[in-house]
Parts: sequence; C-alpha cells; structure tokens
Amino acid sequence: MDAFTTLTSLAVPLRMANVDTDQLIPARFLKQPRSWGYDTALFHDLRRDEAGVLRDDFVLNAPHWQDARILVADRNFGCGSSREGAVYALFDAGFRCVIAPSFGDIFYSNSTKNGLLPVKLDRDEVSRIWRTAETDPNGLLTVDLERQHVRLGDGLTFGFEIDPFRKHCLLNGLDDIALTLEHEAAIAAHEVTLADAKPWLAK
Amino acid sequence: MTRPSPGPIAPRTMLRKIWDSHRVAVRDGGEALLYVDRHYAHEGSFHAFDILKLQGRSVRRPDLTLCIADHYVPTVSRDAADASPEIANMVEQLSENARRENLPLLAMGDAGQGIVHVVGPELGMTQPGLVIVCGDSHTSTHGAFGALAFGIGASEVAHVLATQTIWQAPPKVMRVSVDGTLGAGVTAKDVILSIIASIGADGASGHVLEYAGSAIRSLSMDGRMTVCNMSIEAGGRAGMIAPDDTTINYLRGRPYVPTGADWEAAEADWRSLASDADASFDREARLDAGTIAPSVTWGNSPEDAVPVTASVPDPSSLDDEGASAAMAATLEYMGLEAGTRLVDVPIDRAFIGSCTNARLDDLRAAAEIAKGRRAVVPAVVVPGSTAIKAAAEAEGLDRIFEEAGFEWRHSGCSMCVGINGDTAAAGERVASTTNRNFRGRQGKGSRTHLMGPAMAAAAAVTGRITDVRQLVPAPAGQRD
Ligand code: SF4
Repeated sequence: MDAFTTLTSLAVPLRMANVDTDQLIPARFLKQPRSWGYDTALFHDLRRDEAGVLRDDFVLNAPHWQDARILVADRNFGCGSSREGAVYALFDAGFRCVIAPSFGDIFYSNSTKNGLLPVKLDRDEVSRIWRTAETDPNGLLTVDLERQHVRLGDGLTFGFEIDPFRKHCLLNGLDDIALTLEHEAAIAAHEVTLADAKPWLAK
Repeated sequence: MTRPSPGPIAPRTMLRKIWDSHRVAVRDGGEALLYVDRHYAHEGSFHAFDILKLQGRSVRRPDLTLCIADHYVPTVSRDAADASPEIANMVEQLSENARRENLPLLAMGDAGQGIVHVVGPELGMTQPGLVIVCGDSHTSTHGAFGALAFGIGASEVAHVLATQTIWQAPPKVMRVSVDGTLGAGVTAKDVILSIIASIGADGASGHVLEYAGSAIRSLSMDGRMTVCNMSIEAGGRAGMIAPDDTTINYLRGRPYVPTGADWEAAEADWRSLASDADASFDREARLDAGTIAPSVTWGNSPEDAVPVTASVPDPSSLDDEGASAAMAATLEYMGLEAGTRLVDVPIDRAFIGSCTNARLDDLRAAAEIAKGRRAVVPAVVVPGSTAIKAAAEAEGLDRIFEEAGFEWRHSGCSMCVGINGDTAAAGERVASTTNRNFRGRQGKGSRTHLMGPAMAAAAAVTGRITDVRQLVPAPAGQRD
C-alpha cells in the first residue's frame, strides 16, 4: 500500500454523524474490480438529486474542495457494512486522511490497510477544525503521523492515538501478510495442538 | 498491552477465554495474532481473492473456509437467467474462486445454500469457543453460540485466506443484562432494537458485547442469533451469549458437530466457556425486559428505534442545532411529519427476510399473523436458507403466506441490501425485518422501517405500521 507520512491539505468539513458505508458507496457499485477505480462512486447518492444532478448543498460538490485530501466528519464515521469499497472510494477520490470523533471499527481497520489514515480526535477538536475550515476556507491542515498530531494554520495542535504497529505499516507502506508469515512456526504449532485437542474441527 | 495478562486463577470473561486459547503471537502495542477456526466467504469476497492472485499467494487451509452464494443470488428462481449478466457473473465468480482454490462451496441451487450467517449455524460449523470471521459485518450473528465472531474487510479476508490468522487489538467487553419477562408480542428483535436505542449506534464501539440475563437465556437460538446479529448496529465488534442447554440441544446431531467421545469432550469444553462469576467487565448496561415494547425505527440509523406506540420525534425539541438539522433532514428523506403517530404511517411494501430475521421461528411468527388475513401491499418472504425454506414448506407455512397474498421466494440476502436486484423504488416505504435502515439501503431513495417478523406481517395485512398486539388473535372464524 501507499505510505503515509505527513500531509498538508484543505480539510473538508462534513458535519454529519453516523455516515454509514452505504452512503460512502451504495452497494450497487461494489461489483467492479478495484482496478476500474472507485472514485465516482464516492457518496454517489448523497451528491446527486433524484434526477442525478449534483446537488449544490452537498459540501463535497463545491469546486473549492476538489483538491482536498482530508475529510473531517462527525461521530461513528464508516459505521455499517464491512465493505472495503468505502475505503477504496475515498482513496481513489484523493482522500488520504479522515478525522472524526469515532469510527466504525471495521472501517477503521480497513483504512489502515489501504493507506488512508483514520484520526480520532475529541469532538471539541473536530468542531474547532470545522469552524476553522468554514471561516477560513483556504486554511490548510497538516497531519503528521510520525508525531501523531494534527496542526491547524494558526499553530493549534491536537495529538491523536494510533496502534504502534499500524503506524509502522502506514509510515512504511507495508502490507500485513508477508509480516505475518514470519510467525509461520507459531501458527503451525497452534495447528498441531488444535488438531490434538479438537480433532473434529478439521473434518 | 492495555491490561496485565491474568494468571491461571484470575477470573476471565468468555471473550478472554477464547482470546487466550487462540492467541498465536502478540506484538508491540498489544495486537494479538488470533488463529481463525472458521472463515465464511461469499460473492463480495472477490476483492480478497483478487489480492491473493495479485500477490501470487494461495489459501493456507482450504478446509477451514466455506464459500456460500447469498448476496447476489436471484430469489425469484434458482436460474441465473433471472439475474442481470453482471449479477450472474458475481455468483459465478465465487464458484470460480472456490474451484481454483479448492474451497468447499454451497452454490446457488445446492440444498445447503442460504445466507452465510444462517447456514454456518445450521450446519453446526459454527460452534462455541471458536474464532469465526467473514467479510461481512453481521458475522456477529455466530456469537449467539459463544463464539468470537466478527466481520472483516477484504484485505483482512485475504490475510485470513493466506495465513488462517488475523491481527486484533484486544477489545473491551461490555455486558448488557436483560432481566425479567418479555411481554406479549415482544421478540428478540425488539430486545436488540431497544438495546441499540438505549446505548446508541456507536454505544459499543471498541467493545465486544456479552448479552446476559434471564430474558436473554429464555430466547431460542433463533432469537439469540437475532440479538447477536445486530451487535454491529450498536457499534460492537462482536456479540456473544454463553453456551447453555439451549445451545447444546440446538447443536446436537448437526452435520459438522462431533459424535461419540468427541461430542462429550466438545460439550465439556463448551460448558466451560461462560464468563466466570466474578469476572469483571469494562462496561455494564441493564435493561428491564418488562419495559421493552414491540419496536420500530423512524429514521436512518438503527438507534432511531422507539416503541410502536410512539410518534415521529420533533426536531425542534433538540437543543443542539446540528442534531436538530440532521433530524429534520432525516424526516424529509423518510417523508415523515413530526408528531405523526407511527401506527398512522402507511407502508408500500413488506419484506420478511435477512440473516437477522428469516429463521424458522421468525417465519412461524410472521405466518401466525398472516394466517387467515390478506396482504394489502406487496409482501415478500425470503427464507434464510434453502433448508429453512424446506422445513417451512413441510409445516405448510408457504401455503399460509401464499394464501395471504405474500410472495414465497428462494433464499438469499435479497432486499436486505438489494444487490441481487430485489429493491424498493425511490420513495417507497418498507416494513422490513432487516438490520439497517440507512438511506438507500433497500434501493436508491427507499425508506426502511426496521421491525420484527410478526410486526412486518402485521404491517403487510393492514397497509400501515401496526402494533402487532392489536392483531392477535386472528379474526374469529378464520383460524383452524
Ligand atoms: S442478509 Fe443482509 S445483513 Fe445478512 S449477510 Fe445478507 S446482506 Fe448482509
């Protein structure tokens, strides 16, 4: 996967809670292979009215935000279905970081496997970023994974937590499988013990 | 590690016991590599197979994965010609992946086919004490057996296929105790909707839920699966219920369950899994079973569940401006006026199906309401599995539904997610036994009201959201 180190970008304020993965990508777009690109599916039905025309009142449709790579949303972002297509859609549309007070667990995990950094901040901090983005739309936000902080244009800095191994993989763009196979001996040993203790499971 | 590892005599939760017996390695930060006993795959798992192909890897333990066609299969027939070419291709692609990797497969048309979370338990592949994963968030269903079962994304599915393991941060455990007796007409669906409404759609975020208490114990396995199924709608990574006589009796004699001396060993193991009496939980919540009413959702989050006797809430009653605006937008999407009694809301369709509510108990409850009555809106019944379909037909449930004007279909996910083409039209209001009322979940512009199977049948025969307690018993002279 692509590495994530630091990122400085406009941050789109998306004042919505419980943004579920069906909103991020409606299920009918999930049939396509990843290589086709998932960008046009992102928020497909929220962005458009019944006639399929882009809505003026959906923040991501404003030309100003077209190059933004950070999305700042409300609590429980990415709840719902486990579809990794939700992450593919954000990534393919250029996003590399989502900031929210809380995330759906599976979405959070899927993000870290695809070079999309999920950042959990307190709701007050998220509010502050929204207000800044709305009052100073040209203000840039910097996300520094190594230092584990988010910095606003005025220098205000918010720290965030991330599992050290997830951080290591993101910083270096590493995939899990090869690293896990370094534990091959332990996995094989577990299988031997298991076959002995619960022989019926292998039937 | 977030907490010290317990010594041999430290009391443990059920989660901790399963965690400890599946931990293969631990790394900095505390994530554990857990061995995966069972992996279920479906059509949507194709990304994972693509990742494997791209990396030139193969499946480590083909015997521990089961592929089942459910999400994309047509339900009007078992003929791929009844699906669009794109959809038929999704079903065929699963078969191809299974054949190439030599994985067991229940394809469309097999007697064992059904929704993955219905079939695993039905076959006895789902057992207490196991770690079970699937690229589907409702994998939490299998926790009803006292297994640690959770949904994962495509990258993780590829990881499981290649290594038979998964990295997991140690979750916290939240115990939800529901004590007392459930009132007439109150089902497992109402229990879980009430739990979600009380703790919120992210109330269990970062936690595994353990359901306990006399009302949970009194549920059948079908009911327990309904409860655990919707753990994800409360933000929980998984949901679990300790194995007991109900669990053991359900499992005995199922195809993948051991017999003879192995059965004895298995049963002893399963009975030892319950959380120790003095185990401590990271969080606790309680619900009095007697206060739970037949429930229904009004909005686009499962936390928007209220007793069916309630009215549509009023955005102006909320102090927070953002929350008030969000509620107003939800009501606009749902086509509802604040203050309207829910029982006055007309519906356009009823759907009885999904891994939440399409097991035999659910179909019986819906049939009891449908019997001797007549659906006044299009109503569809999609059994959770082909075996359940056969069992229901053996009891004559199909005839009851058909005489009442309900369509009786083949098994699959169907209108739960709509990707097989079974959808509601934009603006249509659906009384649905499924698990998600998200915008567009049942088709672009569709409006979903979640409820239990008897409630959905009641809505079908009255044409509006209905308090099922007002309908029981069926009109005199029409019962046999
Ligand atoms: S029935 Fe619905 S929730 Fe269950 S597996 Fe199928 S799509 Fe997912």
